[in-house]
Amino acid sequence: MDLISVAETALRSAFGPQAAFYALLAIGLNVHYGYTGLLNFGQVGFMLVGAYGVGISVATFGLSLWAGVGVAIVFAIALALLLGAPTLRLRSDYFAITTIAIAEVLRLLVRSSPATDLTGGPFGLQSVAVEFYAVNPLPAGLSLGPLTYPVAVTWSLLVTWTLVVLATVLVALLMKSPWGRVLRAIREDEDAARSLGKNVFSYKMQSLVLGGVIGSLGGVMYAIAGSTVNADIFRPQVTFYAYAILILGGAASRLGPIVGAVIFWFLFSFVQGFVRQAQSADLLPDFFSSGAIGGAALTLTGIGLMLLVVFRPQGIFGNKRELALDA
Amino acid sequence: MPDTSPMPPGPLADVAHEPCVAKPDPILVADEVRRSFGGLTAVDVDHLEVQRGVITAVIGPNGAGKTTFFNLLTGFDSPDHGSWSFNGVDLTGQASHHIARKGLVRTFQLTKALSRLTVMDNMKLGAVDQRGERLLNAVFSALWRDQEREIEGRATEILERFQLLDKQDDYAGELSGGQRKLLEMARALMVGPELILLDEPMAGVNPALVQSLLRHVTQLRDDGMSVIFVEHDMDVVMNISDWVAVLAEGRVIAEGPPASILSNPDVISAYLGSDEGADGFLDGE
Repeated sequence: MDLISVAETALRSAFGPQAAFYALLAIGLNVHYGYTGLLNFGQVGFMLVGAYGVGISVATFGLSLWAGVGVAIVFAIALALLLGAPTLRLRSDYFAITTIAIAEVLRLLVRSSPATDLTGGPFGLQSVAVEFYAVNPLPAGLSLGPLTYPVAVTWSLLVTWTLVVLATVLVALLMKSPWGRVLRAIREDEDAARSLGKNVFSYKMQSLVLGGVIGSLGGVMYAIAGSTVNADIFRPQVTFYAYAILILGGAASRLGPIVGAVIFWFLFSFVQGFVRQAQSADLLPDFFSSGAIGGAALTLTGIGLMLLVVFRPQGIFGNKRELALDA
Repeated sequence: MPDTSPMPPGPLADVAHEPCVAKPDPILVADEVRRSFGGLTAVDVDHLEVQRGVITAVIGPNGAGKTTFFNLLTGFDSPDHGSWSFNGVDLTGQASHHIARKGLVRTFQLTKALSRLTVMDNMKLGAVDQRGERLLNAVFSALWRDQEREIEGRATEILERFQLLDKQDDYAGELSGGQRKLLEMARALMVGPELILLDEPMAGVNPALVQSLLRHVTQLRDDGMSVIFVEHDMDVVMNISDWVAVLAEGRVIAEGPPASILSNPDVISAYLGSDEGADGFLDGE
């Protein structure tokens, strides 16, 4: 067993592309769930329209990548409006159900054979981000102790983490403002906000659009990082990982989504590496066939997350005093 | 004890003690407002005028439609039929937040303190026309900092009056039940209401605090606001209201100054089903 190398790999994923996309998804969810109380179970849908916005623009219509990013954001706004218009006036459960359904419908649509001409269907889209790597100004990849990434990855990481920081700063500024105060009031009690003259529907819609656009940037950077888009990645559990990250870091906290993403991916990758090494060293019981490793790693990660939530229910950065009032 | 006025103050002195009567200077006029849930007609108010600058109590047995009527007037429910106007402006079909901004603000029977907001944030939320509540302005604190400071000043004044100032940094969820009632009333004042609708402001509040709440309600009137409140406690109604409207089965069955209501046979039978129990009605709630 080489725990050092397992830990080094885990550290690389903790700051790697996955962690960065998920941080963006979680920042968006934080706007929805943490601050506004919107139970959005379809955040992966925003990631999907972000990725396909870029993918379809570039690979199908031959537009420039930068136009594709614009298209992705327009798609995200359109999805938020479509999703919110009929459901945000209803009780929150209806919104939750609709979000999970729409995200799944979108995935099945883009992956269907009739959509092949547009989305590549089950084959996805390739060569999405040639322009992005053409403007890479970095001479070499990052090499900071165990944190080593190839030059192309370093470039996309730099841009993605920069977006993460910008989104965090933007959300922090907004939540400190009277606008954010209205969102938090809506989270606590919609009717009270309404009785004080606030247009609750409009604020919920603004929150949905803002969090959705931030989430879609996660999809944009996913498409760019791999230079491909494939429908199979956008499964519902992506949303639930993002929730795990948010709750781990602390909902309604500024740094929660970032720290949550880093810890989540460290833990996930560490457990995977550990189980794999243990298996090759014949330390596991026989019923762990090689096919069961993924499942075992997920189970152990789940246990780890449960322990964190049991011993620190407010998350890393959450406010314990606030949580105690939730009764 | 707050002042006990057996006779209504000036403007209502000449008004007949009968349901649906016209008032000299009504701030709110409701016409043929009906709301039914399935087969049950919850509200069926033919005509009701609420005088400006006085405290009007709305009483009635459980299920009389008082809260439903409040919900209709403030846009939290829509009527099957009817219209109502506030300061001469038709409010029929308006969204609740528009109605609140026009100066008709309500509180709730079950207190809605915003638990995970501080007392001060609860207060500041009440202010209307805040520049910083627009998404595009929100990022630039220079655009709203001055207004925020002014709002905070106003909130501090009101909190001081309601003896909540030392709680301003506490979460609203940490307050006692009575303090939450006070906060809800104080927060409603931040909207700058002309007419404030209090839905059972004394419910679940300990007797010591009731006196303080009563003083605050009469203070609202003395500050020039009009007040409508729903209440079950007859002592409270007798004490502070200038005019009483009695609802039963959704209809206005009696109106008049408090003293006239107690002896009204229609009211007594609505509460007790018969004339025999008049003593019980007078003694009890």
